[in-house]
Amino acid sequence: MRRYVARRVAALAATLLFVSALVFVVVRVLPGDPAALIMGTEGSREATERLREAMGLNRPLPVQYVDWVARALRGDLGRSIQYDLPVGQLIVSRLPVTLPLALMAAVFMIVTAVPLGLYAATHHRRGGDYLAMIVSQLGISVPQFWSGLLLILLFSVTLGWVRSGGFDGWSAGAWPALRALLLPAVALGVFQAAVLVRATRSAVLDVLREDYVRTARAKGVDERRVVGKHTLRNALIPIVTVAGIQLGQLMAGAIVLESVFALPGLGRLALGAIGARDLPVVQGVALFVASCIVVINFAVDLLYGFLDPRIRYE
Amino acid sequence: MPRRRPLRHVTFTLGAIITLALVATALLSVVYTPADPLGMSITGRLQGPTTGHPFGTDHFGRDILSRVMTGAVTSIAVGIIAVGIGAGLGMLLGVLSGYVGGWVDEILMRLVDAVQGFPAILSALLFTAVFSPGMVVSMVAIGVAFVPSFARLTRGGFLELREREFVVAARALGGGDTRLVLRHILPNALPPLIVQATTSFPVAILAEAALAYLGLGTQPPHPSWGLMLKEAQNFLSLNPWFAVFPGSAIALTVLGLNLLGDGLRDLLDPKTA
Repeated sequence: MRRYVARRVAALAATLLFVSALVFVVVRVLPGDPAALIMGTEGSREATERLREAMGLNRPLPVQYVDWVARALRGDLGRSIQYDLPVGQLIVSRLPVTLPLALMAAVFMIVTAVPLGLYAATHHRRGGDYLAMIVSQLGISVPQFWSGLLLILLFSVTLGWVRSGGFDGWSAGAWPALRALLLPAVALGVFQAAVLVRATRSAVLDVLREDYVRTARAKGVDERRVVGKHTLRNALIPIVTVAGIQLGQLMAGAIVLESVFALPGLGRLALGAIGARDLPVVQGVALFVASCIVVINFAVDLLYGFLDPRIRYE
Repeated sequence: MPRRRPLRHVTFTLGAIITLALVATALLSVVYTPADPLGMSITGRLQGPTTGHPFGTDHFGRDILSRVMTGAVTSIAVGIIAVGIGAGLGMLLGVLSGYVGGWVDEILMRLVDAVQGFPAILSALLFTAVFSPGMVVSMVAIGVAFVPSFARLTRGGFLELREREFVVAARALGGGDTRLVLRHILPNALPPLIVQATTSFPVAILAEAALAYLGLGTQPPHPSWGLMLKEAQNFLSLNPWFAVFPGSAIALTVLGLNLLGDGLRDLLDPKTA
């Protein structure tokens, strides 16, 4: 197991290096002169040159990259042009919105999808299975932001139960904060849950067709034990794979839902930074979110090793 | 195994009908729309469905039906090009990785893992910070997000096929690498890639709508379903139809394409028979 973990950690380090290189190439190399891009047409030549000097853009690109990565590893993602604050501090200040939103959506996804997928598989080609499949098919067809708008239309505009958006912060109390995040989390989780229902159903159906399940049933093992002990554990790998991928997608999906519900999270920070041509913030947020997704994928990989010992020895 | 007839497959047929309707609508909108999709009317703003405007009008008095029809062209164009970019780049990486193997495979797979950290929205955020937002940014960002799935699928197919007897035989007969890849391995690795392309298409349409909604994709006044939803958000209480029709168009299109993809997978994969 130790060798497996060491191999995965080495792969993670290489992947994160590629992530940083991709962000650097897009933000620092593709525009040609990032200082001119930030200053726009209204900036004088002297001001652009000063900015270039301040951002260290006069140095060779490899030197800039190494310096940027070294600083990022120490938590220094640069300074926001718009807010004149460290980018890392800005990101941390927005996490209390984006992280709980993604986590609540993840909980919603797992709590609804796994039982529904399990139910559909154990009632294969019966009414419940068809109903679950129709619901999941509809779920993956509806864009998250439209789900959000429909939820606003129903619960805010029509019923008046909740506000249509905004977030007063956790200092105003946990319940108001959770209430503000509830609709966006549901809108965010519905799509991912629909994908996970299909994956769970398919994985459980595959295992239910295995010989050892047939043997267990032939021996008269109780059906709940067949499903709970013999089936679910073996179906977990594909379920965890899809759930892991979906968790990463939740981070990206949160960016859209923050816009729908006017939540001051990472997505709104990045979108605002684009309007203000605040490249260090966009660069920092992209690096942070992409790294989070890569780390989540790494955690899923590690989980495989625990769930299925065969994977460790491949 | 009996050959399965596509038209008897309910999922495939239903998906094909909805998809054909979408394509027909898009083609029709090139030559005919009930009204000018960009034509404004200050007196006819935010109307509900009427005989003159079956889907109602938006906040500029523009006919929503005509804009939904024209929006289909945007969705199809972005979908096709984005999937093309993802499939092209992904297959190239997958072929190199799966055929060459060794440290090339190791490096390329880490690159693919890294690209997987950039969903379409994140790529679009990055590109828009540097270039102007628009359809091209949408296409590239969505295409890049598809690269990992195509690369992994191609690599998997190549790893399995490169040791098969017919490939070994072709190599023993003196077939060069290019010939082996293009004539013997790639055609046999294609069916799952075709299914992947079909299932990626609705994802591209959803992503295009989301990017347009965020202001990172298609720009006004050009009709795009996502953009229409963004505009509708401020008028939800005044005219909910403004949001209902473009949203339904996205959902129906994605539903049709998903059904088509599921049906195609059933028909092409003997294991699901």
